[in-house]
Amino acid sequence: MTNTQTQRPTPNAKLIIRNLNFYYGKFRALHGINLEIPDKGVTAFIGPSGCGKSTLLRTMNRMFELYPDQRAEGEILLDQENLLTSKQDVALIRARIGMVFQMPTPFPMSIFDNIAFGVKLFENLSRIEMEERVEWALKKAALWEEVKDKLTQSGASLSGGQQQRLCIARVIAIKPELLLLDEPCSALDPISTARIEELIAELKKDYTVVIVTHNMQQAARVSDYTAYMYLGNLVEFGATEQIFFKPAKRETEDYITGRFG
Amino acid sequence: MNIDQQKLARFMWRKRINQGSLLLSVGAMIFGVFWLAWILWETIHLGFSGFSVSLFTETTPAPNEPLGTGGLINAMWGSLLMVGMATFIGAPVGILSGIYLAEYKPDGKLAVTIRFINDLLLSAPSIIIGLFIYTLLVVRFRQFSGWAGAAALTLIVIPVVIRTTENMLQLVPARLREAAYALGTPKWKVILRITLTASRAGVLTGILLAVARIAGETAPLIFTALNNQFWKAGLSGPTANLPVTILQYAMSPYQNWQHLAWAGVLMITLAVLGLNILARVLSRTKR
Repeated sequence: MTNTQTQRPTPNAKLIIRNLNFYYGKFRALHGINLEIPDKGVTAFIGPSGCGKSTLLRTMNRMFELYPDQRAEGEILLDQENLLTSKQDVALIRARIGMVFQMPTPFPMSIFDNIAFGVKLFENLSRIEMEERVEWALKKAALWEEVKDKLTQSGASLSGGQQQRLCIARVIAIKPELLLLDEPCSALDPISTARIEELIAELKKDYTVVIVTHNMQQAARVSDYTAYMYLGNLVEFGATEQIFFKPAKRETEDYITGRFG
Repeated sequence: MNIDQQKLARFMWRKRINQGSLLLSVGAMIFGVFWLAWILWETIHLGFSGFSVSLFTETTPAPNEPLGTGGLINAMWGSLLMVGMATFIGAPVGILSGIYLAEYKPDGKLAVTIRFINDLLLSAPSIIIGLFIYTLLVVRFRQFSGWAGAAALTLIVIPVVIRTTENMLQLVPARLREAAYALGTPKWKVILRITLTASRAGVLTGILLAVARIAGETAPLIFTALNNQFWKAGLSGPTANLPVTILQYAMSPYQNWQHLAWAGVLMITLAVLGLNILARVLSRTKR
């Protein structure tokens, strides 16, 4: 069941995944994934629950290492360097690869400090520089107008949609190269979802965005490339239009058209 | 028609059961609160009868002196010092151990062992802890002392704080930790700035409840601090304290001593009440 040939090599790939296997204890959750994520633009992972899309995302910033029974083998190349065997401190890798989660997770501190927290980990900025950085990140995340007068308030005082944009701003503030979004809208109402989608469209100009979503309309709306996964295998990967309108494989078509899944 | 009547009968039956259960639980509540109120009433009533300015200005008096002379200042000061010292040492030890159990190796052999021993310590009768410190410090140095008293109280504080800290840290959602790690935060900083901050109110509440618990502990002090009828600023040598003073004075035949014992009971009750209210307020302002 392993795909040995790399699916659709794209001219300039930001992240190259080769023969990636992933294990939860003895359970094998990913089967020889080969994938090249194009630079700049949005790549969406779709597939039924448990197909391994979130797992794949969590290997990219080595989040799985927090749990001792989880293990990945293979290669994940970011600028020719295998992240899985890198000698670099994992914190530095994570600083290059930002991640936003399903549920908004504001830190227990003020809105300003929520953004400044991550920046302070890697940069030593003056007060003014930090204020500029926070404003820049909040503007990028389309949150500035709503919070500029209450930066000292707790991050938890914001609405769910605002909290999620705060989390995106927090990640952008440390200027990552790659942005991983793990079902970022699944806990949000339609209006907040629309705002996050607009934001993703804006962000893809500067960042490489990878989004996991359960919502196929969302994948069709926001992404440039789509990967369909099933039972830990990468079934098909290509331009979103091609995946949605002329899928090469029968399984993909069945899933897209809702005959299965 | 037939079915409707059946349903109605069933409904009435449930309704009666409901009324019966309500009656029983309200009855149980009244039974409990009745005794509690009585105890509180006696404490306040008798406690205030022993209250006077001299309570806070004078040391414990000789037997049979006129009412309204003599106070508990030496006992209050001694208790404050010992409880303060026990909290000052016990709380950091407890918090750090709680962090280890919750954040570092929660399933490791060491953690499982510590947790088991901690549970034992948590439910150990305090008189055993008093005896332990007695053989360890009092017998060795051939002297009762406030330091020994503080040591015994510390041993009571530590398991309480360990348990509450661990539980409070476990309540922090895993996604908050993951979000912090995903930014590239080192572990110590995740613990200090994210998880510990998020559970700050709970951890503080645990410390306050530990303080409230040792404020009234008598058994460990009988074997360690003993008591002292004179004013003393430090913790060396036998040290006056509220619980043992209350024990002695309440069992004495002298009226002025008995009055002071009640005043002391009221002092401790008010202190514990204050700490509990503070703990409530802290845990409410969390969100």
